[in-house]
Amino acid sequence: MDTTIAAIATPLAMGGVGMIRISGPESYEIAGKVFSPVSGKDVRQQKGYTALFGHIHDRGRTVDEAVALFFRAPHSYTGEDVVELSCHGGVAVLREVLRCVLDAGAVMAGPGEFSKRAVLGGKMTLTQAEGVMELISAKTRQGAAAALSAMDGRLYRTTSAIKQSLLEVAAQMAAYVDYPDEDIPDLEGQVLGKTLALAEDRLAALLDSFDTGKMLQQGIETAIVGRPNVGKSTLMNLLAGCDKSIVTQIPGTTRDVVEEVVELGEVVLRLADTAGLRETDDPVERIGVERSVQKLDRAALILALFDYSTPLAGEDWELLEKIAGRPAVVVVNKTDLPCAIDLDELREKVPQVVLMQASSGQGLEELQQAIYTATALGHLDMDSGVLVGERQRQSAVQALAAVRGARQALQMGMTYDAVAVDIDAAVEALSELTGESASQQVIDTVFANFCVGK
Amino acid sequence: METLHMGDYDVAVIGAGHAGVEAALAAARLGCSTVLFTISLDFIANMPCNPSIGGTAKGHLVREIDALGGQMGLAADATFLQSRMLNRGKGPAVHSLRVQSDRVAYHTYMKQVVESQPGLEVKQAEIVDIVVQDHRVTGVVTKLGAVYGCKKAIIASGTFLNAVVYVGDSAYRSGPDESRGADELSAALVREGLVLRRFKTGTPARVHRRSIDFSKLEPQDGDEQVVPFSFACQRQLKNQVRCYVAYTNERTHQLIRENIHRSPLYGGKIEGIGPRYCPSIEDKVMRFADKPRHQIFVEPCGLSTDEYYLQGMSSSLPVDVQLQMYRTIEGFEHIEIMRHAYAIEYDCVDPTQLDPTLACKQIEGLYGAGQFNGSSGYEEAAAQGLVAGINAALTVKGKEPLVLDRSSSYIGTLIDDLVTKGVSDPYRMMTSRSEYRLILRQDNADSRLTPIGHEIGLISEERYAALREKERMIAQEIARLAAVSVGPTSAVNSLLEELGTVPLTSGAKLADLLRRPQVCYNALAPIDPQRPPLPAAVREQVEITLKYEGYIRRQKQQVEQMQKLEKKLLPPDIDYTQMAGLRLEAREKLQRIRPLNVGQASRISGVSPADISVLLIWMSQRAQGGE
Repeated sequence: MDTTIAAIATPLAMGGVGMIRISGPESYEIAGKVFSPVSGKDVRQQKGYTALFGHIHDRGRTVDEAVALFFRAPHSYTGEDVVELSCHGGVAVLREVLRCVLDAGAVMAGPGEFSKRAVLGGKMTLTQAEGVMELISAKTRQGAAAALSAMDGRLYRTTSAIKQSLLEVAAQMAAYVDYPDEDIPDLEGQVLGKTLALAEDRLAALLDSFDTGKMLQQGIETAIVGRPNVGKSTLMNLLAGCDKSIVTQIPGTTRDVVEEVVELGEVVLRLADTAGLRETDDPVERIGVERSVQKLDRAALILALFDYSTPLAGEDWELLEKIAGRPAVVVVNKTDLPCAIDLDELREKVPQVVLMQASSGQGLEELQQAIYTATALGHLDMDSGVLVGERQRQSAVQALAAVRGARQALQMGMTYDAVAVDIDAAVEALSELTGESASQQVIDTVFANFCVGK
Repeated sequence: METLHMGDYDVAVIGAGHAGVEAALAAARLGCSTVLFTISLDFIANMPCNPSIGGTAKGHLVREIDALGGQMGLAADATFLQSRMLNRGKGPAVHSLRVQSDRVAYHTYMKQVVESQPGLEVKQAEIVDIVVQDHRVTGVVTKLGAVYGCKKAIIASGTFLNAVVYVGDSAYRSGPDESRGADELSAALVREGLVLRRFKTGTPARVHRRSIDFSKLEPQDGDEQVVPFSFACQRQLKNQVRCYVAYTNERTHQLIRENIHRSPLYGGKIEGIGPRYCPSIEDKVMRFADKPRHQIFVEPCGLSTDEYYLQGMSSSLPVDVQLQMYRTIEGFEHIEIMRHAYAIEYDCVDPTQLDPTLACKQIEGLYGAGQFNGSSGYEEAAAQGLVAGINAALTVKGKEPLVLDRSSSYIGTLIDDLVTKGVSDPYRMMTSRSEYRLILRQDNADSRLTPIGHEIGLISEERYAALREKERMIAQEIARLAAVSVGPTSAVNSLLEELGTVPLTSGAKLADLLRRPQVCYNALAPIDPQRPPLPAAVREQVEITLKYEGYIRRQKQQVEQMQKLEKKLLPPDIDYTQMAGLRLEAREKLQRIRPLNVGQASRISGVSPADISVLLIWMSQRAQGGE
């Protein structure tokens, strides 16, 4: 393995201490760039099985205090040189430290990649290795869900737009060289330069705003689901502390997905209030229901609402089947009305059941406690959401470097075949989330945009 | 019918087009007794479409075929009418050689080459069946019931299998150029379990020279200095003809739009999938409605004929529309059509059923090459024919087969794309298909592939020695340029300013000056009096190597990364369906495509990086378990 990888190696849930692991031939070099020991020792010379106390810094600014643990190959978890940076917990701080490490030259670890390296480095038994294969596939499924959900995001849309502009340039260059006899408009250096300059500005701006925008505020992706008129919007408004969803008595009022980020004690939730799950003929509402189902599939935590005064019906059972075995809290709302629901049956399916009256706020504390319990069970994989964000950022960083390379080559007067190599690299980097190959996209764009052929 | 045993051969090649000819020549030259079948001896190496060899990326393929020991480059040099190096000024990676060929002379040349090849018998016969015993091919059967025993059979059937020609409302069973199609072999292949599909392609009309008003067309001349295709060609080549460019106009487009319902493609008669890069004129007009005109290249078919080819005007419209359509074009007002434009639909194989040696995975000893494999183009066909012929011969001799990886060549890229990703329309080579195009240049095909051709036995000692000598001169000259310094003298600086680059303030190596994009090797002559006289090909390599050094280094690093995965061979007996941790889609794809190594596995669409991790872990486990 030639690359040096890094990732947050502790769960991202709450408080305490979090750890970033760096593994690979450059790990001491990279740690030396981001971590300064109080003792002033040279990190690169550090022996294995030692620890240093110091600070993580980012371009002169101190990010956090940290303890660095050093392992020398082959005496480490992966069998490679490993540095572990233990920092103060909290999603924000850990992400920032991880970012410093990535900017210093590490590559974001893939799903289960530390374990994979441990296996390939001969550090695990055969039985353990089998577990790792399962782990990778499970992590990948979660990662895929998170990646899908990231595709709704503004970050993805912005990078897609930049990618599209680069793709068009790449396609024009490809058509220009692959079809020299066709009357493809001549590629003008000036136009090419402008497109590249624009892409560079947009990527740079995107990276600058990466932390500030609300779009990236991380949290546990949470879906509030249930039959129409069971009180989902009321609960959402209670949690969000403001009237965001329209609350009425007519079933089907929430026809789309409403999102809000709320802090509930130590846990940050990214709440999605969804349209009620039911068969409907209204085309607009049906779109809403479809989106709700998507949200439900992608959510890391589910708050499933049921009506205290109504017996469980067909749609309720379907919902219970869907959430069984996933991190979920069942909220039985409207306790002010007479009881008609079978609570024991609910408890059989989902362990966390809370009774509440969302309109008055009664039961909120119990709900909070149940959410802690559900998220602390360890089923919850919050890494994937954060990782997707970080991965996208890392792709943008790589794409920016490639676009700068292309501009530089163009300004120096290099031929287009060389400039194209960097443009392809930028497209490739921006395609990371979807995994499409740059070359295929360029060829498809050529045929879509140009009339070429014999 | 009674079986008539007609002898035994090492290798039987079905089809004598551009793929079949290369396959048969390679097998025979490597010492295999070889038999080459063609429906008509008059169609050997026929060019039923464009009378031309090379073009972007295709020119790369021809030079690679030549470097590996194939025939196409030599044939093209011997029979060309006009030659141009395309893309001059766009960078060395995309320079591509293209020649206009004498179609008749090319066929005659290749026919003579195969006829005079020792160990190769050429026979006129249609193959209607293959004999398969225990999943292994043992012979081929002709329409007359003759059985030829063989250890390997290479199918290079071009567009002949179940071929149907379409012109307007007319559709009839026929091969290209009114030849007889091969209507029986497909059924035999399906019987043996191969999955076939239907593709289509088309060709424009041939018109009479005397009916063209050349004074109304734009002339297009060949290069003054003709660069040969073959690295072995030492003689000075000369252009013999002019080509011309004509344009469609609004009247042409109007006529097409009015008659589009009479096109079999738009009427839904043709089910075959046509190549995206080779649209008919109807396609161009309908899909790119805002383009005011389309180009037509007017090219002679040979010195012994008055036929002209109209590149850019392929069509399957009815004959009356064709005549009116061509006559709307300036210069074609009185055009006389000699052969009508037509579309042809044919059977080909889903190439993911082949491995990277072009051997069929389910029937031992069976190979596919050319359009049969879902590609398009003479050069793509010849490249595959050469590789299939080499591999059939190597395995007959009990040697390891040849797999060219993507970083070695366009040939390797072409084959990897076909067998790993499959095709959705006829596959044409393009420079944008290669991720390593700065190192896979047409100018260095010899240093990339001639050592391999030599090791296999297709490249002579003499030719190999010439390559070694060339490489020695390149290395020596690069070392000299890296050692010789020039100072900031007025002679040096005025030269640099003249070339449009910044003057020196202190001394610099000649190699550093040459790295500047504005400076070329020849331009430095006045300030480099000690330079040795060197052949142009050597000077070219010196310049490219230095100027693109950074890019070349980067691509070589990518190649190294890729080759690590390429070296991890996947055992042929893996049962992917039982592999824990693989996603369902990956299991199915891997089980079906059965990649040779992890690198190939990683390029299968639907196999994710996580699946590759799982594969790697599984392999390390297996290795540990085996100890």
